[in-house]
Amino acid sequence: MTDAANTPAPSDMTPAKGSLHVLDARTKKRNAAEARFRIYGLSAVVIGLVFLVVLLTTILSNGVGAFQQTFISAQVYLDPAKLDKKGERDIEDIKKVSTFGYTPLIQQALFDKVQELGVETPLDSAKDMKALISASAAAIVRDEVIANPDLIGQTVEFRLLAASRVDGYLKGRVTREAVARDKNIDAEHLDLVDALREAGVIAKGFNLSFITGADASESRPEQAGLGVSMLGSFFMMLVVLALSLPIGVAASIYLEEFAPKNRLTDIIEVNISNLAAVPSIVFGILGLAVFIQFMHLPQSAPLVGGLVLTLMTLPTIIISTRASLKAVPPSIRDAALGVGASKMQSVFHHVLPLAMPGILTGTIIGLAQALGETAPLLLIGMVGYIATNYPDGLAGGFVDPNSAMPAQIYEWAKRADPAYYERAWGGIIILLVFLMTMNIIAILLRRRFERRW
Amino acid sequence: MYDAVNTEQSVQQTETKISARNVQVYYGDTHAIKDVDVDIADKTVTAFIGPSGCGKSTFLRCLNRMNDTIDICRVEGRIELDGEDIYDPKVDPVQLRAKVGMVFQKPNPFPKSIYDNIAYGPRIHGMARNKAELDEIVERALRRGAIWDEVKDRLDAPGTGLSGGQQQRLCIARAVATEPEVLLMDEPCSALDPIATAQVEELIDELRQNYSVVIVTHSMQQAARVSQKTAFFHLGNLVEFGDTSQIFTNPEDPRTESYITGRIG
Repeated sequence: MTDAANTPAPSDMTPAKGSLHVLDARTKKRNAAEARFRIYGLSAVVIGLVFLVVLLTTILSNGVGAFQQTFISAQVYLDPAKLDKKGERDIEDIKKVSTFGYTPLIQQALFDKVQELGVETPLDSAKDMKALISASAAAIVRDEVIANPDLIGQTVEFRLLAASRVDGYLKGRVTREAVARDKNIDAEHLDLVDALREAGVIAKGFNLSFITGADASESRPEQAGLGVSMLGSFFMMLVVLALSLPIGVAASIYLEEFAPKNRLTDIIEVNISNLAAVPSIVFGILGLAVFIQFMHLPQSAPLVGGLVLTLMTLPTIIISTRASLKAVPPSIRDAALGVGASKMQSVFHHVLPLAMPGILTGTIIGLAQALGETAPLLLIGMVGYIATNYPDGLAGGFVDPNSAMPAQIYEWAKRADPAYYERAWGGIIILLVFLMTMNIIAILLRRRFERRW
Repeated sequence: MYDAVNTEQSVQQTETKISARNVQVYYGDTHAIKDVDVDIADKTVTAFIGPSGCGKSTFLRCLNRMNDTIDICRVEGRIELDGEDIYDPKVDPVQLRAKVGMVFQKPNPFPKSIYDNIAYGPRIHGMARNKAELDEIVERALRRGAIWDEVKDRLDAPGTGLSGGQQQRLCIARAVATEPEVLLMDEPCSALDPIATAQVEELIDELRQNYSVVIVTHSMQQAARVSQKTAFFHLGNLVEFGDTSQIFTNPEDPRTESYITGRIG
């Protein structure tokens, strides 16, 4: 009856004369709009994918080189006259010989090799070999001798790091044109490198120390590794996990299940959402003021970094935990209360297990975010050339000055030597592998918990 | 009207299990239940009928204080279970709910095994000293829920994997597992098909021997079939309360008659 008032009287209506097989104008317009929308959507996805592919190929092509390093094999005669003048094999005496004592031996060993191979080269002294060998080579040989003093007097085969210019030449980073303006290496050396490479003395190999090693000084990019800052990140993540998971989950359970709904809790809720959007550097300066200047915790320590990142991660965890608690159907709470469970029993026995996949996913996403965070670390001193050695033990891991993976990458990208540029990209690859692993763990945990029923 | 109720009580000589006097319920500013007086007898099925939004579910939820979970809900008046005021500050709602079990509109088994669904209540109330006792309680509850034969071979299967009717009987079994004295049912058959409904109704009739059952229903046929007492609610008022046979055949209040014959609702 009411329909009659809205539609024109039957006599005014144009009778539906069109066949179903012919589209009328409105339908055509609608279909065109839908088709356009699909094209927009599809092109957005394609553009996104193109950028992703470009990003990944750039990262891989720039960074893969860092996992390869050029090594020189040399038979070094560990001359007792130079390394242990007293001849008593006293470890204290041997330790007195610095790396400067070892450098000539290595240079001599390489020069002998060149002579033995009969390579024609204008470089006619052992000292000329300096440009080929990394400054860290002497330290490697020295460490080996100190660990094993009986080697003195023998000729030992070492696999030594080549200088970063040689490494760059083998990887195509250093070209003969560029060498003309380079004080560190010249064309004669490159000729020699070519000859030694043919003879198998110089070769590229897998660079384990890039993954496990410590950072190195500005002039020795060939020695720098991500290992120590990886430990720094690891200890920070321990702090973040140990603090933010229990605090975040407890806060969310309280807010979601127990707290009265009033103005105060509304304000808290809004502020938690706002905190999630606060720039991370703000947390950094807060950490600097509270943890370092007020509480006098050690600077540059993963403990402080972890505390700052905890503050940053908490809102993420609280928001995702509350969302997953909210998603648990209220009928489950009713059921538990109906059989006489207390509020807390209903939450811990029924609601929390059901919310677990969401909580874990949120936590791991929060951790991944914290793992990649750089800005707050700049303010608490976890950046720069800090770590040269592995931390001593577990306690040391938390309080010894260290860096973190993203801060280390930033530091490398900042350095002048192009060899560090390559290492920065390599570091990005490692960081991405970690993030991907964490995401996969999140997905697996989610599946595992959901498959239970 | 109240005299009529009292006469009914005295005639039947049944013991009053729950007595409500002058109950008012407010949701914020809304006055949802007004001046409700009712006596619910032991070992009897009492049906609450009435149009949607009339307050019958709200009143049912007052009887085991499930309304406590709603922040804005406020209950006034006096509700006694065996002569004890259940809204007394000394009463812990958790203890009350162990005595007054509840079955909900939608079957809501825990996402756990059938066994754990039943065993949960007895476990938290410490009713079993060992596994054997617990097994016994579970079996007894499932038998009372008339579902034992269907699930005895798959107690480890998830309760959520059962059919709707089985789930609802599982929920009834879960409610009786804690040995309640009163069983509240909030439209227990509204999500079930006619066959499952018939099974649940049959079950309700059996449960009457041990418990005082209060059932909210939208189906007047169901009220007529399962209950001995019927209360008709309208706009928050208890309009009429009496023997089911009397309410359906010879209602005193014109509003009851209109509802039963389908003129309001």
